[in-house]
Amino acid sequence: MTPTVLAQGPRTRQALVLVAGNPNSGKSTVFNALSGARTRVANYPGVTIERRSATVALGGGTSIELTDLPGTYSLSARSREEQIAVESLLGRGPRRPDAILVVADATALARALYLTLEILEIGRPVVIALNMTDEAAREGISIDAARLERLTGARVVPTVASKGVGTAALKAALAEAVRTQALPQRPEVTRPPALQADLAELEAQILAERLMDRPEEARVWAQWLLLSLDHDGADELTGIPATIREAVHRIHQRGAEAGRNMDLEIIGARYALVDRLMGEVCEAPAAKRKSWTDRLDAVLTHKVGGALAFAAVMMVVFQALFSWSEPAIAAIEDAIAAVQSWVGGVMPAGPLTSLIIDGVIAGVGNVVVFVPQIALLFLFIGLLEDLGYLARAAFVIDRVMRAVGLHGKAFVPMLSGFSCAVPAVMATRTLESRTDRLLTMLVLPLTSCSARLPVYVLVTATVFGPGASVGFLSAGAVALFSMYALSVVAALVAAAVLRRTVLKGPVPALVLELPPYRMPVLRVLLRGVWQRVKTFLVDAGTVILALTIVLWALLSYPKSDVVAAQAEAERAAVAAASLADEDREARQAEIDSRESGAQLRNSVAGRIGRLMEPVIAPLGFDWRIGVGILGAFAAREVFVGTLGVVFDISDADETNEPLREVLRRATWPDGAPLMTPLAGISLMVFFVLACQCMSTVAVVKRESGGWRWPLFMVAYMTVLAYTASLLVYQVGSRLGWGLG
Amino acid sequence: MHHHRPLARVPVGSTAIVSRVSGTRSVVRRLMEMGLVPGTPVTVQRTAPLGDPVELRVRNYALSIRRADALGIEVE
Repeated sequence: MTPTVLAQGPRTRQALVLVAGNPNSGKSTVFNALSGARTRVANYPGVTIERRSATVALGGGTSIELTDLPGTYSLSARSREEQIAVESLLGRGPRRPDAILVVADATALARALYLTLEILEIGRPVVIALNMTDEAAREGISIDAARLERLTGARVVPTVASKGVGTAALKAALAEAVRTQALPQRPEVTRPPALQADLAELEAQILAERLMDRPEEARVWAQWLLLSLDHDGADELTGIPATIREAVHRIHQRGAEAGRNMDLEIIGARYALVDRLMGEVCEAPAAKRKSWTDRLDAVLTHKVGGALAFAAVMMVVFQALFSWSEPAIAAIEDAIAAVQSWVGGVMPAGPLTSLIIDGVIAGVGNVVVFVPQIALLFLFIGLLEDLGYLARAAFVIDRVMRAVGLHGKAFVPMLSGFSCAVPAVMATRTLESRTDRLLTMLVLPLTSCSARLPVYVLVTATVFGPGASVGFLSAGAVALFSMYALSVVAALVAAAVLRRTVLKGPVPALVLELPPYRMPVLRVLLRGVWQRVKTFLVDAGTVILALTIVLWALLSYPKSDVVAAQAEAERAAVAAASLADEDREARQAEIDSRESGAQLRNSVAGRIGRLMEPVIAPLGFDWRIGVGILGAFAAREVFVGTLGVVFDISDADETNEPLREVLRRATWPDGAPLMTPLAGISLMVFFVLACQCMSTVAVVKRESGGWRWPLFMVAYMTVLAYTASLLVYQVGSRLGWGLG
Repeated sequence: MHHHRPLARVPVGSTAIVSRVSGTRSVVRRLMEMGLVPGTPVTVQRTAPLGDPVELRVRNYALSIRRADALGIEVE
């Protein structure tokens, strides 16, 4: 991940316009309407908040740099992400904005005006896009835009961005704001005298310490600091000088001693002005008409209907991830295999060919194979979000999720985890609080993803014969069900434990807007999906590719000349012998399998497996299973193939009977059987709980903005998996289970 | 008539006026910024299927919060 610097360089000197607005205000739609298809997506330096920007031609030779800020209800902040929005607006970033565009939802104008007042205080030219005026009109709300313009000192442009209404007028207003830099008289918020004195004191200190040079911005920053800073380490804000923190602490203490509620003073003063403005510009019917949203909500959040609708929607999403993505995934896998065999045909056998086929092409395949699921999941999330249902889903399920400290919105990512953790981790972006996001992505890989299924199938089929049963159920079915149950319980318990330890702190409150149901704009939706896929390919993809090559090297080197020479001699002998063609081919294939097995056993991974044996033997695994576990880090289902190679079986998959037979006959050096039912259960438990997936690690690294959390995740999951398997195998052995 | 009570006790379908918001600072601040300041009318619209959270209507939009947080909002 390469952090992109905010500034485009002095070379262009394009005017910078920031786009701010509440979530669900149609901000993305306005941004898209203005920018067309030329959007660039990057990350803000050091954090994983997406920064979308575009160069927009406004006509008459003027063009601007338009940058989208994260959607916020206010400028106060607890998190790094919110701080970014504020600091960009205040010009604490590399560049001060030349104008600010505020997107306001005309149906919820009061709340939009609160943010608008905060932004007006900054003292930059402001243009307000009064969006969704059609919807407001349908509700009988009439807004006097000209009067709002006079009272706020900002240009007001009514828009219906989803239909492109008002885009031209908006461009003209932006061009004028950027050109004239006019700062008309803006409305004055009336603050209590005590608060004014506090602000003046802090402002003076900010200016004296030369942290800012414009008094207006210093005043805004002072207010922001008073509202945002905490003194118990609860805020995540960085880069605030200790002297300023001390000053704020002093002012807070003084206020508390005087019995003042400073947060209410600051917020209340703004809302008093909002109420006054609303009285002057907005006329709404006294009794709200029954809207489509009310009628739909009567069903979709109803006690019975709501639960049924929720279950139905989630089933469709899950079905799509699990089954609908299947043909695309199969096609990608076939294409990769075709390319591999083509390269194998045209290039001479050797280390370079092996690197290209099993390292590079396999690595690209490992990346691209996730695209169908990522695209489908984000298509559904985008659709549900734009329709307005995603918030209702969180509303319906929050009570259940809260029990383990998770947010209602964490349900969709957790559910997606049963298909694949990679898109699911990316889906945690729908959560606003960083703590909620981290908690969800750290426990999500415990949900039993579809790549674990081949491992369960191989192991159950190997250790439980077709006749084995528990009551009237087959032993395999019971084992499979138990693994899924274990994964759910483990994820929920892990969430509860992490919330009380590593991610300690008050459970973030649920303050969730339930936006009106709306028709999504297809263009905006598809562009969002494409941006997610692109981000994944570029950021997580490079890590996955690199790890695939490293893993290939570990499993391939060093090569043993002795093994190769022996296999060559055997092949020559078979070629010389007088045999039927079929027999000769069979013998050759057998030699090939034995050679790859011997080479793998001799490789670094093979040696690590052997070194690991004392550590994993107490779990019931010998070194060959250890090599399989190492190979499975590429992707869990690779376990089956790697195990096949270790046991000299070529082209093994989970339904491969020869592999099952070989595993059943495999023994420890002392002759004791290796794959007892107990060892099989221990192995499956290990696969449920261990973070056996480098792609998950790569995507968590991307989404958490560093290596710290993915490494923590691998560590805690490995400890958990090891301990659980150890318990299963040791307790089971003592009790005399699974020896037969 | 003008007695104070927590919003969590207001029956579904009724409207009341916010008189005080208290609780964890970050929660209180977020609620106030969303428009729940003293003097604001708020209607309890419905509760979620499992009884929590609740859906409020405030300043012409729908806001959902948990009952635990609604306890800190006093209305009259």
